[in-house]
Amino acid sequence: MLGEQIIKGMAVTARNFFGSYVSKERLTTVQYPEERLTPKENTRQFPFLVYDGDDREKGLRCVACQICEKECPPQCIYIVKSKDKKPDYKGQPQLYPATFDIDISVCMSCQICVEVCPFDAIKMDTEFELSTGDRFGGLLLTKDKLAKPNEYYRRIHPTAAAAVDERLAGEKARAEAKAKAAAEAKTAAL
Amino acid sequence: MNAVGERTSQNYEILPKTGETGEPIGEFLEVSMGPQHPSTHGVFRMDVVLDGEKVVKLKPVFGYLHRNHEKIAENISYLGSMPYTDRLDYFCSMTNNWAYALAVEKLAGLAVPERAEYIRVIMAELTRLQNHTCLIGFFVQDMGALGTPLMYAFREREKILDLFESVSGARMMCNYMRFGGVRCDVTPDWLVQAKQLVNDYGKFLDEYETLLTENEILLARSQGVGVLSRELAVNASITGPMLRASGVNYDLRKVDRYGIYNRFDFKVPLGEHGDTYDRYMVRILEMRESLKILQQALRDIPSGPVMDPKAKLRGLRPKAGEAYGRIEAPKGELGFYLISDGMANPYRYRVRPPSFINLTILEDMCLGHRIADTVVILGSVDIVLGEVDR
Amino acid sequence: METPEQIKLRLETAVPGAKIEILPNDCPAGERSLLVDTAHVLAVAKFLRDDTQLRLDFCSNVTGVDWPEAEIAEKIKVKQVGDGVEKEVEELKKNVRPGFLEVVYHLYSMELKHGPVVLRQRTANRDAKAPVVSLTLVWRGCEFQEREVFDLFGIRLEGHPDLRRILMWDGFKGFPMRKDYVPPDDFEYEPTPHDKVLAEARKHYSPEVKT
Repeated sequence: MLGEQIIKGMAVTARNFFGSYVSKERLTTVQYPEERLTPKENTRQFPFLVYDGDDREKGLRCVACQICEKECPPQCIYIVKSKDKKPDYKGQPQLYPATFDIDISVCMSCQICVEVCPFDAIKMDTEFELSTGDRFGGLLLTKDKLAKPNEYYRRIHPTAAAAVDERLAGEKARAEAKAKAAAEAKTAAL
Repeated sequence: MNAVGERTSQNYEILPKTGETGEPIGEFLEVSMGPQHPSTHGVFRMDVVLDGEKVVKLKPVFGYLHRNHEKIAENISYLGSMPYTDRLDYFCSMTNNWAYALAVEKLAGLAVPERAEYIRVIMAELTRLQNHTCLIGFFVQDMGALGTPLMYAFREREKILDLFESVSGARMMCNYMRFGGVRCDVTPDWLVQAKQLVNDYGKFLDEYETLLTENEILLARSQGVGVLSRELAVNASITGPMLRASGVNYDLRKVDRYGIYNRFDFKVPLGEHGDTYDRYMVRILEMRESLKILQQALRDIPSGPVMDPKAKLRGLRPKAGEAYGRIEAPKGELGFYLISDGMANPYRYRVRPPSFINLTILEDMCLGHRIADTVVILGSVDIVLGEVDR
Repeated sequence: METPEQIKLRLETAVPGAKIEILPNDCPAGERSLLVDTAHVLAVAKFLRDDTQLRLDFCSNVTGVDWPEAEIAEKIKVKQVGDGVEKEVEELKKNVRPGFLEVVYHLYSMELKHGPVVLRQRTANRDAKAPVVSLTLVWRGCEFQEREVFDLFGIRLEGHPDLRRILMWDGFKGFPMRKDYVPPDDFEYEPTPHDKVLAEARKHYSPEVKT
C-alpha cells in the first residue's frame, strides 16, 4: 500500500516524541544555562598558567623558556623573559616571564603548548564562558588573568594533576637529596 | 581514447537555446545557487543553467573558505600541522589525524604500537559512524524532511562526540593522534562506555532504517536520480561510498590494509545502480560493517604502550624524501603527500581531499535532472567545505 | 607490480622517443617516480592506463611542486695532473640548478588493486607561460586538481578543457603556493600579542595616512 512506510515512519517519530518525556536516551539535551552538564575529565578550552602556593608571581612554574611560543601553531603566545631570576619549586634560580600574553581570539585550543611544556607550567582550562564586549583587549589574556593556583588545576583535572604533583614532588625530593648530599660532602671535606 | 574522459571546451560556453534548424527558441535561465543556500552544506555555489526546470549546465564554484592550508603547513613544524588537519573535514577530525600521521610515519619510518593501532581503528570507525549518520540526516533534509531525521542523527552523534571529548578533550577538533601512536591512552572505563554505545547503535540504526529506507518519498526522490556509471566513477577518481555505490569494489581498508585492518572480518558493501539511493544504502550498510569492526576491536584490544618510544614530539626532521600516505576516510580516500628536505617543516605538503575530487562529476550527474534534484545529488556526494576549499 | 625500471623499459618500446628518467627517493617506504618529457606524456599516460599489466585507471592525486633556483653543492671526483702523476681529487662543486615547476601524479589501479606509480612532468623554467600537458583527457579526476595546480602554482596545463582559477577568485594576481610568493599586507587592524600584523598593516597604510 502506498504510504504504508510513511505511516511506519510516523510511528517512529511518535515513539521518539513521547519517549523524550520519559527516556533520557531520547532526550539528551539540557536547558543551558539553568542546567549544566558536568565537564569531562579531559575537556580543554584555553590554556592557563599554574602557580604553586599563594603568590601568583612567586609561585609561577613558567621559566620563560619560550618553547610553547615557538611551537604554538597559530602563534598566539607572547613571552618576554625577565631580567632577573627567582627561585623555582626546587629552589634553583630561574628566569620567569615578565610578560606572558595569550590571545584567545587566535588560540585554537589544540593543547600543543601543554604537551611541549617541560615544566608542567601551562595547562588547559575548562572555562568556556569568556565572551566579552571588547573584541581586542578583552580576549587578550595577560599573565595575571592566566595565572591560576595548583588547587584549581587539581579540581578541574584531578587525575592529570595528581600525576603531575607526584612527578614534581619526586623531582623536588631528588633535588633536595642531591643538595643535602652535596652539603654533607662539603662538610665532610671540611 | 575512450569517450569517458573526453570533453571539449565547447562544453563550457552557454549557447543560446536553438531549435533543430538553428532558430532561437526561448531562453536559458542562469541561476546562481549559493553561496548562502541552506542546502549547499556550507559556502558553496552552483552556477546552474536551466531550460525550464531542467539542468543543462552546472558549474560548481567554491573557494570561499580557502585559507591555503598547504602553505600554512609548509611554514610550521610537522607537529604544528596536526591541529590544522582537524579543521579540514571538521566532521571527521580523527581520520584526518590518522591520514596525516600515517604519511609522516611513512616518511620518517616510525612504527606504531599495537594498542595505539587498535585505538586508531576504534576512533576511525566511530568517526565513520557519526559521519554517515549525520550525512544521511543532511541528505534527507535536502529532500525536505526538515529536521526530524537530522535531529535523531545529531542526538546519536553527540554520544560519539562525548566519547571523543572524554578521551581527547574536544568534541570535534580532537587533535588526538601523534606520529608513532596516539596522544594519551584510553581508560578501561572509556572502553566499557564505547562497548555500550556500539551495542546500542544497532538498535538506533534499525529505527533509523524503519524511518527512512523504505519511505515512499525517499524512494521517489532518490531512485534513478544522479546515476553515476562505473566507468566514469573510476575515470573521475571518485572514492569512498560514492564509488562503491557505483559497484566498484575498492576500499582502502581492504586494498592497502593500512594499520591493522587485515585482522578484522568485515565486508565491503557495493551498490548496483550508482544512483543516490544506492549511495544512501551503501552508507547504511557501511555503518553496520563498522559496528562489526568496532566489536572486534573493542574485544581484542591489548594492553601496552600507545607511543613509539623512538618518536619525538618536537623537532621531527625526517630525512629528505617523499611519501604519499592514504586512508579510507568516511568521505573517500584521504591522502597526504609530503616532501621533506630534511628541515623541521615539510618542503611540500599536499592534501588529497576526497570531497573536492568527488565534486568533479557533479555536473555529469545533474545534467538532465530537475533543479530540485541537484540538491539531492549534491547531498549524496557528501561534501564538507572545510576540506573542499582547504 | 612491476618495478619502475621494468615500466620504463616497456614504456620506451611502446612510446618511441619518450625520454623517461627514474628519480630516486631517499625515504625508506617511498616510491620512486618516473619523470616524463612533456612531448610524450600524453601517450605515456594513455599507455599506463590501457596496458593490461598495469591498468592504472585511477589517478589518485595530482599536485604541483615549486622548485626555485637553488645552489646544490656536489662532491665530484676530478682527475688532476700534477707533477706528472695523475690523481683523483674530490672537489666541492657548486652547481646552480635552474628553477622549475613540477606536476606530480599518483596513479593506482582499481582493477588490479596495485600502485602507486608516480608520474612527474616538469616545466623548463618558472615562467607562468612555460607549459606542461594536461592529463584530464586521460583521467577525468585530474580536472579540478589540475585547475588547482594552475591556480596556486601558475603552471599552464596545455589541453585542459577549462583552465580557470578554482580556489582563488578570478581577478587574483600571483600564485600563492609558490615559494617566493609575498602575502598581501593590507590587513584590517587586528592586534595580536606580537603585533607583527599591526606593524605590517601600519606599513601598508602609512602612505595613505600621509596623503
